Amino acid sequence: MKTLILRELKLSLRHGADTTASLLFFIIAGTLFPFALGPGPTTLAAIAAGIVWVCALLAALLPLDRLFGADFEDGTLDLLLLSGLPAYGVAFAKMVIHWLTTGLPLLLIAAPLAIMLRMPAARVPLLLLTLLPGTMLLSLLGTLAAAITLGARRAAVLMPLITLPLMIPALIFGAAAITSPHPAAALYMLAAMLCAALPLAPLGAGAALKAAAE
Amino acid sequence: MLTNVSFSLSAGGILVLRGANGAGKSTLLRALAGLTPLAAGVLKWDGEDALHDLPSHAKRIAWLGHLDAVKPALTAAEHVPLAALAPVGLTAYANLPARLLSAGQKRRLAIARVAAAGKPLWLLDEPTTGLDSASLTRFAALCESHRQGGGMIIASTHTPLELTGVSVLSL
Repeated sequence: MKTLILRELKLSLRHGADTTASLLFFIIAGTLFPFALGPGPTTLAAIAAGIVWVCALLAALLPLDRLFGADFEDGTLDLLLLSGLPAYGVAFAKMVIHWLTTGLPLLLIAAPLAIMLRMPAARVPLLLLTLLPGTMLLSLLGTLAAAITLGARRAAVLMPLITLPLMIPALIFGAAAITSPHPAAALYMLAAMLCAALPLAPLGAGAALKAAAE
Repeated sequence: MLTNVSFSLSAGGILVLRGANGAGKSTLLRALAGLTPLAAGVLKWDGEDALHDLPSHAKRIAWLGHLDAVKPALTAAEHVPLAALAPVGLTAYANLPARLLSAGQKRRLAIARVAAAGKPLWLLDEPTTGLDSASLTRFAALCESHRQGGGMIIASTHTPLELTGVSVLSL
């Protein structure tokens, strides 16, 4: 699995466009809100957490259709399934790659965006704390959706339709943790969702990959 | 659908699958690899059901599908060890991104990956597509070397191979 992750990382670095596109989308989408709502610090500060969360979710969806799509089209998927790793192992490796190349960069750039949106500096660490499991969840569920829609004619359309509803609970608890005076409960819920998705999403994605390869 | 397909292969054996387009050669190869489940029947390896444990079965197989599985952004040397490029005549292209290779060169790179895998069973789906005559000779030499090492090859091809003792399964 380590070999697969390192190879995929190398490919992602060579194909930096996916990560760059996600980051640019994240920044641009976040920047649009002050133009639409006005630069008033009170208004922006109240909704900054929600804006950052929603923009991060949408930005992380962008590279998902190429996560397995390129491997499916050039025959690499067969090799991955014959690599000796179980299919769920291949899926988990792809989830790790998606998080490292998309989730982690979004996490790193979320703080400056939140400050630009007038989020009080004291709340920024909490935002990052919620986005850490949030982006991981998105990588797990997004990869699951990418595997399910692999080979479908309108995969790029279907993928957000599957992923975004699944992410609504995480969005609710993630945004609530930042604005609530007692964030621990929401953080525990996020952690619980991550713990549930961690074994289930790779299993589901692995089964979907095998079905796509047939 | 394929029915009544039965064959055995021992160490050093080469089986060539022949048949018209759509006869099921690729399907059979995928089934042997465990990529397509068998509706009925069994594939045995040393008397054991080979497809019972797919990850273990995969460790025996070097796969070459009809697609090359070559990543355009990686160089030839990043696909396979440098030493594996010599037998397919790609040493001079080792540091070239694969997107700059011709279709035949990509096929040779894919063959090099199979040879470098060190697996006992090669499953090859139309391995000679796009190969020139010199490359066909190199490919035959690789197959012969693999067979002499006790390896087995099952390949679907329409191209006559310069190999002796080849079994043919017509579909």
